[in-house]
Amino acid sequence: MSNLQPVKGSSKDQPGLRYPTSGKTIYHRPLNRTKAAELSGASFAYLFSEMVGYASKKIESIQDLEKRLNVQGHPIGLKLLDLLLYREPPRSQTRPLNIITLLHFIKINVWQHLFGRAADGLEKSSDPTKPDEYMIIDNEPLVNRYISVPKDMSQLNCAAYVAGIVEGVCDGSAFPARVTAHSVGKQEEGEMWPGRTVFLVKFAPEVMEREGYLGKG
Amino acid sequence: MSYYFAIVGTQDNPLFEYEFGTSKQGGDGLPHFSEQARHMNQFIVHSSLDIVEEVQWGGGQMYLKCVDKFFNNYVSCFITGGNVKFLLLHQPTMPVSTTSTRSSTSIGANPTSPQTEEAIKNFMLEVYENWVKAIMSPFYRVNMEVRSPVFRQRVAAAGRKYL
Repeated sequence: MSNLQPVKGSSKDQPGLRYPTSGKTIYHRPLNRTKAAELSGASFAYLFSEMVGYASKKIESIQDLEKRLNVQGHPIGLKLLDLLLYREPPRSQTRPLNIITLLHFIKINVWQHLFGRAADGLEKSSDPTKPDEYMIIDNEPLVNRYISVPKDMSQLNCAAYVAGIVEGVCDGSAFPARVTAHSVGKQEEGEMWPGRTVFLVKFAPEVMEREGYLGKG
Repeated sequence: MSYYFAIVGTQDNPLFEYEFGTSKQGGDGLPHFSEQARHMNQFIVHSSLDIVEEVQWGGGQMYLKCVDKFFNNYVSCFITGGNVKFLLLHQPTMPVSTTSTRSSTSIGANPTSPQTEEAIKNFMLEVYENWVKAIMSPFYRVNMEVRSPVFRQRVAAAGRKYL
């Protein structure tokens, strides 16, 4: 244990800790971005295809692959939640307290940050036996733009990655949920949105319980 | 005035601890907790988590102000979007009851005055900025301890600046 130095000592001498040559760590960089900070779609598509390729190694089922994509997205959601809240103006810098505020935050802020536009729809399940299910609809998910799913994997929707991000945001804000991506676009000729994807958000029972309790005031 | 600052994760697990003293009004910036009080601080801060969990659903504000008081110890809380709590225990050098003879608006003397609330808010916001930077690291996973010496320096600097 003798090589363990107290943290208060001069930090530059600590073994294993490296500083960039400029001396600027992540703590020296601002968290705010300029409005026009966009990334190349081509490089994203390339990276994403590698991610899907990596996740599809030694899988037993399509669910397995979707689960792996979901797990890759989850930490991003957790981080985005605090980053986007930090960037909100102080007046509206509030934690989401109910399901509607949370989903609205995802539909507007998260989508705007990730894809440069808001999601196309937000719906509550019309089935009265499933009050815990909500749907976020994207007519043309960015992640699926250059992906053609093989016939034998027809259930696969690579937007499971985005579902993982959404799940991370929900879990982070203390609304544990299961989020899955489903293709609902019809493949017929002349269909407006063949890639239409629904993100089904199913909240945990304790969330519904709290929602009922808080709603009563 | 002595301060004990702790960051508590979503499983009520400690992620970061820091003790310091006031740098205002000629303070030396060092904590002056008695040896007995130092281990009590962790208990006091931990016990205030129950109150935080009640208060956090009452409003969406991140800064929950002073949530708990235990004898001469005051606990202020700031809660992030990711449900991580920043808890600051502040202990005025003299018990508050003695200040009635000479009313003071200084941060150290009156732990619940608007000036103190504002100073702590500014401190918390600065820590929050650094916290977001810390968790943006791709190697950081939820509820991991933060060991970065740069983060510690930044918290210390925020403490010197505002408290």
